[in-house]
Amino acid sequence: MTTEPLPATVETSATKDETRIALRGAFSLAALSDLVAKLQDCQGAVTLDLSGVTRLDTSAAWAIVTAEAAAKAKNQPFTLTGLSDDSKTLLATVAKAMPEPDTVPPTRKTLVDWVEVTGRKVAATFDFGLQLLGYLGLFLHRLARSVVRPSNFRFTALVHHCQEVGVKAVPIVALMSFLIGVVLAFQGSTQLRQFGAEVFVVDLIAVSILRELGILLTAIIVAGRTASAFTAAIGSMKMREEIDAMRTLGIDVADALFVPRILALLLMLPILGLIANLSGLIGGGLMSWIDLGISPGMFQTRLIENTGIWHLLVGIIKAPFFALIIGIVGCHAGMQVGSNAESLGQQTSASVVTAIFAVIVTDAIFSIFFAQVGV
Amino acid sequence: MTNADQSRETVIRIRGLRNQFGRHVVHENLDLDVYRGEVLGVVGGSGTGKSVLLRSISGLQIPTAGEIDVLGTNVLTASDDQRTALEQRWGVMFQDGALFSSLNVRENIEVPMRHVEGLSPKLRSQMADLKISLAGLPYLAGDKFPSELSGGMRKRAGLARALALDPEILFLDEPTAGLDPIGAADFDILIRQLSKSMGLTVFLVTHDLDTLHATCDRIAVLAEKRVLVTGTMKEMLAVEHPWVHEYFHGPRARAAMDAIPAKKDG
Repeated sequence: MTTEPLPATVETSATKDETRIALRGAFSLAALSDLVAKLQDCQGAVTLDLSGVTRLDTSAAWAIVTAEAAAKAKNQPFTLTGLSDDSKTLLATVAKAMPEPDTVPPTRKTLVDWVEVTGRKVAATFDFGLQLLGYLGLFLHRLARSVVRPSNFRFTALVHHCQEVGVKAVPIVALMSFLIGVVLAFQGSTQLRQFGAEVFVVDLIAVSILRELGILLTAIIVAGRTASAFTAAIGSMKMREEIDAMRTLGIDVADALFVPRILALLLMLPILGLIANLSGLIGGGLMSWIDLGISPGMFQTRLIENTGIWHLLVGIIKAPFFALIIGIVGCHAGMQVGSNAESLGQQTSASVVTAIFAVIVTDAIFSIFFAQVGV
Repeated sequence: MTNADQSRETVIRIRGLRNQFGRHVVHENLDLDVYRGEVLGVVGGSGTGKSVLLRSISGLQIPTAGEIDVLGTNVLTASDDQRTALEQRWGVMFQDGALFSSLNVRENIEVPMRHVEGLSPKLRSQMADLKISLAGLPYLAGDKFPSELSGGMRKRAGLARALALDPEILFLDEPTAGLDPIGAADFDILIRQLSKSMGLTVFLVTHDLDTLHATCDRIAVLAEKRVLVTGTMKEMLAVEHPWVHEYFHGPRARAAMDAIPAKKDG
């Protein structure tokens, strides 16, 4: 049995000082605009006949109650006829529930407010920096403590995170670095050929990859992969109150979650950096061979003759700093997650952005430092 | 089935429903009728497929076999247009409200109204305000985002969204789960009032004995993969089946029973 509702119709018949409106059919939201318009057009006394209504919905009831209130305000008679019991209950319910806007005093933004907001943001940034420093201290303290008391140290977790952070990142890091080497060789050769200095492409590749690009791009990829993974893992534990459960069970959160993760990064990032350097040089060498005819043997000789060990060291020294930044930012953001899924998403993306930004700023500081000390 | 039942219009008719997940059979040969204007409470132990039944009727879960008719439309064979028409005649309230987190409460309630042609944005937001108020939320709740609401308020907002199009059938999944006793009792009264004044047919899945006492006209018990018995609370008390007996005669049931006279007045 299909119950097709009758379409709702609103019929108005107006005399000089009286309007009669007859409603028929089943009312729904679709009929509301028409009903509201016709009720607003009424002049003088209004009689509303509901005897033909098969179904009255809350929106029609709302329109009727609104019109009744408006008529009352203008001191005009407003009568309802042909009401069924159901309609009466509905009208009463809606009349009781009529929304009354709570007036909120409008707040105007003054210059003082803007200054205050700016001040709060600056203070929050400093506070954020302090918190990160606090996490660094926490990590170092727990690390030192586990040297004294090795039973606190979670070796299995460390190995697991080394696998996740390091081993699984090898393919993408190697591929990216290889391609960067190829691009550098290609771009470098086109420029250097103009001066007949093609052979210097080896120095170009070696210096830029070993000093800067190898480790910086590795750190950026690891920041994207790992900082987000740390935040998501710790954040979802925070969301499900697992962190609180750990605390009540006397498990130290920093020992259990932070130390293995950050330590794994500290161990793995230099290794990933070395792999990136190696595959960048291979990519560059291959492209030089194809494009400029510099044979691998010649590439190797020039590389060893002209590139000092310091170029490599300058790059690799930065790795542990980047690792600490990525790990601490990721863990800290995870702990900031609230009880809802939105904050998990926000913190995850915030941790990636913060980690990458901090890595690049640190890299810039190192560049200036190394330029000043002259290595 | 009594004579009174036969004279009433059936709005949901389920015959021979079978739901199966892998090898695990949840429903087998399940029959159920829901009549217009009644509040039907579905109870059953954990894992008896109460929510699966609700999801099957509302089309979120395709059953392995069986027939489900809602308001005269076969849910399983309906065309897309028929389904759309049907979906505007029912409302579903999920356990935690399932509000869209990127919209505030008012916008959430406006979502189903957007399909209605010729409804101006102003009228739409006025209608949303009415639904907010009908669901017992303060006016200012409309501007809040779901994450800023308490669990009870989220449920009310979910109810307001389910009521947005003035549905004929309302599906409620565990409406009082996770609410404190006072909030749960308020919610029971609200459901009862709305179902009476709006002429709603309510299909509610619950664990809460107080809700069963306070709001339901009829109770359906899910056990042994089918609807074991249906009937009023009084009829349930006479059922001999061990689980049903345990459920309606346990210490919690007795406590809920003692509280009915006070509740019915509300």
